[in-house]
Amino acid sequence: MRKFQHWLEPKTPAELEQMAQEARRLTQAHFGKTVRLYAPLYLSNECVNVCQYCGFSREHTIRRLTLTSEQVETEARHLVKEGFRSILLVAGEHPKWISENYLAECLARIRPLAPSLALEVGPMDTDGYRMMVKAGAEALTIYQETYNTKRYAELHPAGPKKDFDWRLECPERAAEAGMRRIGVGALFGLSDWREEALALAAHTEYLLKTCWRTFLTVSLPRIRPAAGDFTPPHPISNREMVHLICALRLAFPQIGIVLSTRESAQFRDALLPLGITHMSAGSNTEPGGYTGINSGEQTTGGAPEKNQPETGEQFHIADERPAAAFAEQLKKLGYDPVWKDWDQGLNAMP
Amino acid sequence: MTNQLQIAGKNFSSRLFVGTGKFSSLELMRDTLAACGTGLVTVALRRADLSGSGDAHAAILDYLDSARYLIVPNTSGAMNAEEAVRLARLGVAAGLPHWVKLEIHPDPRYLLPDPIETFKAAEILVKEGFIVLPYINADPVLAKRLQDVGCAAVMPLGAPIGSNRGIETRAQIEIIIEQATVPVVIDAGLGTPSHAAQAMEMGADAVLINTAIAVAPEPQRMARAFMMAVECGREAFETGMPSLSQTAAPTSPLTGFLG
Repeated sequence: MRKFQHWLEPKTPAELEQMAQEARRLTQAHFGKTVRLYAPLYLSNECVNVCQYCGFSREHTIRRLTLTSEQVETEARHLVKEGFRSILLVAGEHPKWISENYLAECLARIRPLAPSLALEVGPMDTDGYRMMVKAGAEALTIYQETYNTKRYAELHPAGPKKDFDWRLECPERAAEAGMRRIGVGALFGLSDWREEALALAAHTEYLLKTCWRTFLTVSLPRIRPAAGDFTPPHPISNREMVHLICALRLAFPQIGIVLSTRESAQFRDALLPLGITHMSAGSNTEPGGYTGINSGEQTTGGAPEKNQPETGEQFHIADERPAAAFAEQLKKLGYDPVWKDWDQGLNAMP
Repeated sequence: MTNQLQIAGKNFSSRLFVGTGKFSSLELMRDTLAACGTGLVTVALRRADLSGSGDAHAAILDYLDSARYLIVPNTSGAMNAEEAVRLARLGVAAGLPHWVKLEIHPDPRYLLPDPIETFKAAEILVKEGFIVLPYINADPVLAKRLQDVGCAAVMPLGAPIGSNRGIETRAQIEIIIEQATVPVVIDAGLGTPSHAAQAMEMGADAVLINTAIAVAPEPQRMARAFMMAVECGREAFETGMPSLSQTAAPTSPLTGFLG
């Protein structure tokens, strides 16, 4: 932590450049000149939570739908055809529409298609995570959003997500249940970026000690425009993002750092050598968005709010390059796009 | 010409083995392997297509010429014996040789091998007819135990994978080499050709290099540098290394006149 604190202090441009060079060296020593690719697959935008910054927040009148497991398979087949062998299943939190049984059914249905399946869904207890592992999940992503408890309370005024600690302890429960890869992160823009980063690093350090068998990844998503027009109170600049990624890599040489399509194509290409190990590509954040399935059961919701998109996406992506084009760009940048880095043989037996 | 290395009855003209991870492209990996004269390459099963469907998005095996190299799959990613055994079997089912570099490292941070699970898996795989090359910490007793259950070689680490720190486990490796009746391959942590030369001078039978070659600015040239270092080190070892002394040994002795 002391190391991280040191790296996080204000730096001159020359010092930052030095940090970037070392961050690149460390990343290449540990991960090589490779990038692991994955794609999110949105199952449902139903949600019982009120999160001020999220397009799925229950207060928004967006078109809500939950894919059937058959539709999930259609979407997964599309992603597999694109080349993805690592798929992240994403859903809001809703006990009725996104039950553990539903998620297990979706996992079981697509596990023959892709060796690496991850989940980004509402918190579960250890038995729930165990059920997911048995159904085929290899990894879990769960962001704390903000580690500032006061801000957290303000931003999550209603719904089960109000419980800060229950969410904070998810990674440990998931690790105990046998998840092999766990992704943590904070949504940058919600509170002061340095304070947020310090708390995230402390969580990371704690998890590295307590969940020593788990491969840890960290994400640093910045708030993107979404339904509700939330304005981030503490925006983080490009320079600060670079600083943050370098500091994280220097303090934690062996963790994965994930970068999604929230960032622009140009910025993603520039950030890549600083420590990024996992990237999504060609993403769509709306359930059924890849194959145009929009006949999914519309469960609630109604007409979109004024000035809101008709789609039920979680946020607008910034890097719209299709997966194949992005893979070609990675090659041009001197990186091998790795589509498959996990095998069915390593997953829990059904 | 140095003596030829033999593992499980198979001859290897080069004592440099190369791992296939971390290269910036599969084409560069292929060309680098060709440039350094290696005869044994390891490949992570987790990255390979084991489905037999000719998956173009997991095509690493298509870039490895099985007529030129012995392709030894590794079980990287396995956390315990059960997973490693399952992966090894899947490799054979996919048409890979019955050789396996047994890697079980439950700690994804330092990738240090689990001795207990490695031993368990080795016993099972040897019984199933695999030629097992276990990646181990530099533990002389474990090396002997693995040799006793039928492993064809042992692969102690010099330092953690990707660390480029050289042979930090020197004292333990010296014991392993002294006691071994199977080839000893120094694996992991060798970051420069001089590290590889040191390993060979110590009497190691071969070295396995991956990171230091794959992430070098010019992997082909670095691979050739390792090839030469391995040859130099082996030549010196076979010639006989001079013993070390704390004092000077004059080339023109002062008491020679006494006869």
